[in-house]
Amino acid sequence: MNPVVEHTDLIKHLQKEVIRLQGGGVAQGIVQRRVRCGPIEQAFPGRVFPTGAVHEFISHKPNDAAATNGFMAALIGQLQDEQGMCLWVGIKRSIFPAALQLFGVDPGRIIFISPDKQKDVLWAIEEGLKCKALAAVAGELKGLSFTESRRLQLAVEESKVTGFLHRYQPATENTVACSTRWKISSIQSITGGMPGVGYPRWDIHLQKVRNGKPGRWQAEWVNSGFNFIQRPAIVIAQQQLKAG
Amino acid sequence: MGGRYVAIWFTHLVPDHMIRRRPELKNVPFVLSAPVRGRMVVIAVSTAAAAQGVSAGMVVADCRAIMPELEVLEHTDGAELQLLTAIGEWCIRFTPVVAIDRPGGLLLDATGCAHLWGGEGRYIDDIVKRLQGFGYHIRICMADTPGAAWAISRYGKPGSIIGPGEQQHVLLPLPPAALRIDEATVQRMEKLGLRSIGSVIAMPRSALRRRFGPLLLQQLDRAMGVEREVLLPIQPAVPYTERLPCLEPIRTAEGITIAIQQLLTALCKQLESAGLGMRKCMLKCYRIDGNVQQIEIGTVRPTRSAIHLQQLFALKIVTLTPALGFELFVMTAVATEEITVEQSALWDGVAHDDGAIAALLDKIGGKIGADSIRRYVPAAHYWPERSFRQADTFATEPAANWRMNVPRPLHLLSKPELIEVTVPIPDYPPMLFYYKGELHNVKKADGPERIEQEWWLSDGVHRDYYCVEDEHGARFWLFRSGGYGKDDVQWFLHGFFA
Repeated sequence: MNPVVEHTDLIKHLQKEVIRLQGGGVAQGIVQRRVRCGPIEQAFPGRVFPTGAVHEFISHKPNDAAATNGFMAALIGQLQDEQGMCLWVGIKRSIFPAALQLFGVDPGRIIFISPDKQKDVLWAIEEGLKCKALAAVAGELKGLSFTESRRLQLAVEESKVTGFLHRYQPATENTVACSTRWKISSIQSITGGMPGVGYPRWDIHLQKVRNGKPGRWQAEWVNSGFNFIQRPAIVIAQQQLKAG
Repeated sequence: MGGRYVAIWFTHLVPDHMIRRRPELKNVPFVLSAPVRGRMVVIAVSTAAAAQGVSAGMVVADCRAIMPELEVLEHTDGAELQLLTAIGEWCIRFTPVVAIDRPGGLLLDATGCAHLWGGEGRYIDDIVKRLQGFGYHIRICMADTPGAAWAISRYGKPGSIIGPGEQQHVLLPLPPAALRIDEATVQRMEKLGLRSIGSVIAMPRSALRRRFGPLLLQQLDRAMGVEREVLLPIQPAVPYTERLPCLEPIRTAEGITIAIQQLLTALCKQLESAGLGMRKCMLKCYRIDGNVQQIEIGTVRPTRSAIHLQQLFALKIVTLTPALGFELFVMTAVATEEITVEQSALWDGVAHDDGAIAALLDKIGGKIGADSIRRYVPAAHYWPERSFRQADTFATEPAANWRMNVPRPLHLLSKPELIEVTVPIPDYPPMLFYYKGELHNVKKADGPERIEQEWWLSDGVHRDYYCVEDEHGARFWLFRSGGYGKDDVQWFLHGFFA
């Protein structure tokens, strides 16, 4: 037997083990719905969207906030089955429930929690992430410290619930213990010469992903599914990942 | 029957209380007086003054003549009732049914309570010892009927316990005033030579009714136990209540947790046998110094899971201040609801566990307020602000479908914001608009979608909605309120598309 082959096998096995321990990849032992997001899946470890992890989204402009929530809703819609409930926590509710249906989410299956204080938002998100019965937890907040995000990460490692944190206009884009960092912005829609406004179209920028390759894509949301625009993805060098 | 009642008579209620508040009065003879028909009349007497022959009803000037050193204090109206209510509430530790019996007394329904103290003798001893410890002079009696207990506490041997069925013999030698009848009737009986209950009872009932009215017969029957008397409790008895008196005052959070656990287990057992679930639960903690604190929890669905309720209470324990310690815990199911038999889950770990979600929502609702939890169902209105409403319960299913045939933004501003626009011709979308000082050039637009005011709900002008996209790809929902020519036209931004 070739000792080199043996070593690469061993290293591959160990890498898989490390990813599993870090809460990446698909949660073991629990039947969960797979999130299909086309070419983006290539960026993740094991080529599957990591469920049972906390995803971080950052937006600065009101339009990008709407786009980010739309993208989050699109992912939640795929995580949620007919009976699955989802928690949406934020100080001020901005979501128009009727529009959620466009992104494949039944608005009646979303429970909105609107506390008065930022501290309570974090507490409610953490409690939600600890509850195994939920399909997903979405949280809208401003600041998030590393310690706070670590608590949330520990909660999902136990419960395997998927969390989506949307930080709108944070003071600093500090490093947090989330599996991924996304920036979603709305871009001009394509109408093909027809009058009117086209389908929602986003620039999806996966800035950081643990054990994966960050990248940037453009996609449209058409009839409850992603439609990726064929364009070479800009793969960011691994160097930058280490620096971040 | 088989009822047992205790009558407590505070012979010097208000003066005793004043001595308790102001210990320097302890050895000073004093009276409480109030003006009656232009004279100062003694209302209540301290024990020291009573020993010198001063009694209630005397004129203050006469008393001063007997005792020049007599202290005269002002009497306040309502002090007695207030004091009796407070003592009555304190006495709930002895029995749940405590009634105020003016003047100066309390009636306790002790049926089935004495065995907890190891017998009636010890029960009465405990009451006497505790009340005397507070400095009150009391006369007490336990009997089969409230009437008999009252009579013997006032006119018989104090501290006596009249065994079941023995009240007849004991009552016979007592004066008719012991029957709780008015002064005029007592005086007429006196004139007629009826000086004991025994002689009254010997008279034919028809004659008694004719001469003294039906009230006398009723009081007689009540004292003898022929007719049942119902006490009016200070605190109405709640069907689902559990009490936990503590031997030692509880001061620690762990102690309170254990107390809550015990109470919940017992209460949930009660509810289970009745087929009910708890919606609202209150815990009252009686502190050793008389202070009462309470915490309340609510649930979104009726439940009788002690573990879940315990978790809800656990969040609120920090709000209690035990100081020297709690000596009594009372837990009450304030609101209950019928519970449907819980179906055991077919699959373990599958995400359809409504119970776990209800438990989570209870926890969140308990900490940050139940009104901050909302779920929405569609409402049959076109007007965007009214097109959805809050679901009443956890299980409310939508009565209508969400409208999908018209574009709706993902973010809706709760209040539309005024914008400045440049519009080419009427009924066209704007060419450009300023929102928060920023210029947006409209590149693409859809619309208009006209939404009329629902005249049966509110007045106002219609709205013409446009979806527009600017040069950066940001998509907005704008509307013009009113039509050109007849209304005052304004443009608003109402939402952001994803």
